[in-house]
Amino acid sequence: MWDAIEGALLRWIHVLVGIMWVGLLYYFNFVNADAAKQANAAGEGAAISKYIMPRALFFFRWAALLTWIVGAGLLSTMQSASGLNGFLAAFGLQGEFAPIGIGAWLGTIMFINVWAIIWPNQQKILGLKPATDEEKAKARRIAFLASRANTMLSIPMVWFMVTGPHQSIYH
Amino acid sequence: MKNPLDSLWGTVISGIVLTVVFFYVAQWLVARTSAGG
Repeated sequence: MWDAIEGALLRWIHVLVGIMWVGLLYYFNFVNADAAKQANAAGEGAAISKYIMPRALFFFRWAALLTWIVGAGLLSTMQSASGLNGFLAAFGLQGEFAPIGIGAWLGTIMFINVWAIIWPNQQKILGLKPATDEEKAKARRIAFLASRANTMLSIPMVWFMVTGPHQSIYH
Repeated sequence: MKNPLDSLWGTVISGIVLTVVFFYVAQWLVARTSAGG
């Protein structure tokens, strides 16, 4: 009984924080990128950089971390048909865990992208880290492409997350 | 060649193409690594 409750709770939290992470990712890409460009052109972009982006990036990066940790925990509560721990079976792309494993690998790449590429470059763009104008322009391009890459990867990632329990489509 | 990630449509279409590619990879992996496979 506790195992089922534990699995349900972990899945629930994983989905909630995953919505926050990918929701903010879509906000950055589908709403903010063009809106900030227009606001900057009109000389009104400072408020976005000062009040919205730091707060949005705070929830974005911590939701990414929590999504990954809880997802890893959820996989660890499972066991493959061959008796392997679910985390190892998924990341080892083994048997019935291969589809969710592909989703887990894509989510891992996205998570690393957030913490290793997007956040350090956003710190330069927002002036939280010292940077010259040239460094800021470079950081803007790198952060933009990493964010777009994550948006692209989120599409197959979500597919494998939601089709994990529907094994028949993979046979 | 233009980077597809520079446009939202290019990003979404690239994601859908990747989904199809990974779907077949997943089918192949399930068949190859399932018990007795």
